[in-house]
Amino acid sequence: MTATSPTGTPVVRIAGLRKAFGEREVLTGIDLDVHAGEVVCVIGPSGSGKSTLLRCVNLLEEPTGGAVEVLGVDVTDPDVDIDQVRTHVGMVFQQFNLFAHKTVLENCTMAQRGVLKRSAAEADRIARANLERVGLADRADAHPAQLSGGQQQRVAIARALSMDPQLMLFDEPTSALDPELVGDVLGVMRDLADGGMTMIVVTHEMAFARDVGDRVVFMDGGVIVEDGPADQVIGAPREARTRTFLQRVLDPTHTDVA
Amino acid sequence: MTTTSSTPAPGTLPASRRRWSPRRRQRAFRLAQYALLVIVLVAVALAIDWENVGTNFFNAQAASDIAALIPAAFLKTLEYTFAGFAVGLSLGTVLALMRLSSVGLYRWLAIVYIEFFRGIPALLVVISFGYAVPIAFGVNIPSVTVKAALALGLVSAAYIAETLRAGLQAVPKGQVEAARSLGMSHGRTLRQVVVPQAFRIVLPPMTNEFILLTKDTSLVFLLGLATSQYDLTKIGRDALNSAQGGLTPLFVIGACYLLITLPLGQLARYLEKRTGARSRT
Ligand SMILES: Nc1ncnc2c1ncn2[C@@H]1O[C@H](COP(=O)(O)OP(=O)(O)OP(=O)(O)O)[C@@H](O)[C@H]1O
Ligand SMILES: [Mg+2]
Repeated sequence: MTATSPTGTPVVRIAGLRKAFGEREVLTGIDLDVHAGEVVCVIGPSGSGKSTLLRCVNLLEEPTGGAVEVLGVDVTDPDVDIDQVRTHVGMVFQQFNLFAHKTVLENCTMAQRGVLKRSAAEADRIARANLERVGLADRADAHPAQLSGGQQQRVAIARALSMDPQLMLFDEPTSALDPELVGDVLGVMRDLADGGMTMIVVTHEMAFARDVGDRVVFMDGGVIVEDGPADQVIGAPREARTRTFLQRVLDPTHTDVA
Repeated sequence: MTTTSSTPAPGTLPASRRRWSPRRRQRAFRLAQYALLVIVLVAVALAIDWENVGTNFFNAQAASDIAALIPAAFLKTLEYTFAGFAVGLSLGTVLALMRLSSVGLYRWLAIVYIEFFRGIPALLVVISFGYAVPIAFGVNIPSVTVKAALALGLVSAAYIAETLRAGLQAVPKGQVEAARSLGMSHGRTLRQVVVPQAFRIVLPPMTNEFILLTKDTSLVFLLGLATSQYDLTKIGRDALNSAQGGLTPLFVIGACYLLITLPLGQLARYLEKRTGARSRT
């Protein structure tokens, strides 16, 4: 189900993207196209700008230069209706960010009702279907605080999916989880990818990136160092920086790096 | 090999480290606290002249003299409090939003307002409303309740604004980002995500503001009151001047204030528990 020969306009088209926080340039010229159905995994050391790149796609961070086009809309246009674009772009955060004062079901219906103007019954039905999909149909009435991290993250995915997004952004969705809970979340994401969802996934899970990703993008120091098929970038990286990074990640106790 | 006290056998603590356990120390400390309390109470009880206290502080005659006036004054105090709080909350909300505004001038105005009214005694503001405002603006507000509400509300708004601002800012940024990423507008995010969560956070400090306001209503007599408009403190002071029975009226009045504030504290704790128990992360 992977789009190996992309056609048509990309879902995301990033060209010469720059982002500075004050004086500090965090992204220094990023070019990246993501096509419909593609799963692009972004890897790289801490502080390399992965989150910032992802957040520039739905404008949680405002780019300081370059162009970002999402679903055919130029989101760097100052007059863009960003809420409209965000409705079609789901985002999953490292810290889950479920609405603490709402139940699991309400988390999944709030934006459906308020933004998409769906009826209570329809929002309810769609929310329950998505909770079913992530294996949490029985926890619809629980509050976030009563769930494990893995369950919270799956609810966060169901909440995003309830908006029927055309693109999903994941920012290290399993980094805050206990090791035994990581598998459940990755499983849900794998199903999503198999279903043809277009995804950009920032992750440290190399096995996931290799198995599920169509492409892997390695970032370092605010630029894309290497961009290619998952097997190639992780299995046989061309760039020395990619190799060094992968060595450190895959064999963290190995200190003998020349 | 010889074992001295300074070199213990392997696998044991040196002898000098074997003191009372933390549990025993804690128990001893607690006992000492009880003992201290008992000593203080006994000393105070012996020092007090009980007969004089009875006639001066708990005089039945003086208490019944004032009793007839209390219901009306009690209601007036509540009226001034709620009216003042309504003004304080409305204006405080506006000030808090100004404080968080992206317009620099609004932020600056809010800060000036807050610093000013927080910095001067409420007494001065109440007196101003009694005398200065009618002169300056050429208007004479006929209703004492409105005058009291404005005077007390203006002061209270400064504190409430800061409380609200802190509450709104205490809601984690991730909550806002999650809402915005779902396509919710700034306003909708504020209404459906930030404010409900801030409510729980500001409940205890807002209870404080309300209680402070309740007590500040004792200043409204400065506006010049007709008898029917007397609040609790006013009738207490008058009774103090006229009646026998020493300070008894003050004790009665104090109890009335507690009758308002104690249930409030209780209610706030209940609400806090009810909204907090299931949503704390
Ligand atoms: N709001 C901000 N203000 C100032 N600097 C920021 C801000 N957000 C990120 N940065 C800086 O930008 C750089 C890139 O941050 P970013 O979060 O994108 O890195 P990352 O690759 O996601 O790292 P990690 O793997 O630790 O999440 C970091 O040096 C960070 O300190
Ligand atoms: Mg990050």
